[in-house]
Amino acid sequence: MELKLEAIGHSYGGTEVLRDISLLIPAGRVVCIVGPSGCGKSTLLRLIGGLERASSGRVLQLGDPPEGCLNPLTYVFQDFALLPWRTVCGNISLVLEDHGIGAAETDRIIDDVLARTRLSDFADALPRQLSGGMKQRVAIARALAVNPAVLLLDEPLSALDSQTRELLMDDLVSLYARQRFTAVYVTHNLNEAVRLGHFIVVLSRRPGQIREIVEIPEPLEARKRGDPALEARQAHLWELMREEAQAADAELVDV
Amino acid sequence: MSEGSHEVGFRGGGFSPRRVRGVGVVVFVLLVGIAEWGTQAGWISALTLPKPSDVLATFGELISTGRLFDHMGPSLSRLVVGSALGVSVGVTVGTMIGLFSLARAGLVPLVAALFPIPKIALLPLFVIWFGIGEGSKYALIAFGTFTPTVVATYGAVDNVDRTLIRMGQSFGLSWASIVRKIVLPGAMPGILSGLRISLAIAIILLVAAEMLGAEYGIGAYILEAGSLYDLERLFAGVVILSVLGVLVSAVIGLLERRLLRWRV
Repeated sequence: MELKLEAIGHSYGGTEVLRDISLLIPAGRVVCIVGPSGCGKSTLLRLIGGLERASSGRVLQLGDPPEGCLNPLTYVFQDFALLPWRTVCGNISLVLEDHGIGAAETDRIIDDVLARTRLSDFADALPRQLSGGMKQRVAIARALAVNPAVLLLDEPLSALDSQTRELLMDDLVSLYARQRFTAVYVTHNLNEAVRLGHFIVVLSRRPGQIREIVEIPEPLEARKRGDPALEARQAHLWELMREEAQAADAELVDV
Repeated sequence: MSEGSHEVGFRGGGFSPRRVRGVGVVVFVLLVGIAEWGTQAGWISALTLPKPSDVLATFGELISTGRLFDHMGPSLSRLVVGSALGVSVGVTVGTMIGLFSLARAGLVPLVAALFPIPKIALLPLFVIWFGIGEGSKYALIAFGTFTPTVVATYGAVDNVDRTLIRMGQSFGLSWASIVRKIVLPGAMPGILSGLRISLAIAIILLVAAEMLGAEYGIGAYILEAGSLYDLERLFAGVVILSVLGVLVSAVIGLLERRLLRWRV
């Protein structure tokens, strides 16, 4: 399944945050959206998944979601959004309970996603007992449990320290290598973008418009930390964003 | 360096309450001890304060004659029925106010208008509506626990983390699932702390209701003792109320530890 954005524009009150965004999210690819803070990239992600209604334009699903998909457009949030009163296992079963699948199938799915995210030993832990990195792995496991057609990741690693971020980036790459997924990945971290993105969409400052789309052809698995080719791409992206970030930083916030 | 050097003093202490065991009991024993000593020695007259040992003896008598249970039985059933009614309706209405804008717009002013009314003032009205029997007592207690429960509940529902609700919506959870699995558990801490206040009010109203037209009950017992200036029995009644308050608080504490184990 692919997603197509057609001339998306959005305003909050009198403030225009997004203007004329047209974009194709191809199946089996990771599209990263980067931009200076306040450029509307998280808003764009909420529009894509239907959590907010765009002021103009529309989002189209091209094709049908795959067999066994319980929730085609599935989010992973920056602040994890785990229910603190449910265990790891309970947080995952939460999103399966409404679909009327049997207890045996539910257990099978939970075991499978916990194994894929290497959380099997923590099934009965409560979120407060887990580190930030573990919490986000639970959230990723929960997202995988519904077998999504497109993963929508909203700055998933931004609340984590840089070491944990490295580990989780490796996890995401190996998850992708095992089973390719389609994803939209919003981040302000250019290093994450060049490591995880097949396409990198650079947004301008508010109102957010597409400035450039950079394609990185190297497969995700082949990209290594400190690879000079990647460093060069990151430097190029930074050149694109620098001015925008500076200008955005100097603006008064009046939202 | 040595000239004029001094150690940096510690200034970061205090402002962090910690659990100190046994002090509550010590304060209590000390106060009762002083009262006992004063009444024995005579510098507190028998009319000012009854001897704690006499109160204890009265209490023992109350138990041995079985009259304690004659009074406690009706009181407890009134407390349980009345507050169960008030709390369950209150939680329902509070949740509706938290969830529906229309209910909020319509009911919040009404609750604000009902809250400051001293419910005791309405007792004669309840007697006319529900009769002099148990009905008016249930109604008074239910009404008294209803308003604080509503206010606590809708405040608690308002405070449920919106990102969790957004998460539920993003996974396509049904409305009922979101309310049952996200909103209500998330509001539980606030509802339970509201319950502490509601149930204390329920005990106050219980006594008030029993002072007006009840043969049995702790309120009736205290009223009778008071009108005879029988201070020992009056104090015995008051002690029962205090113990009841402590018990209710302990039960809620137990509930909190049970239901809110997930909290830090």
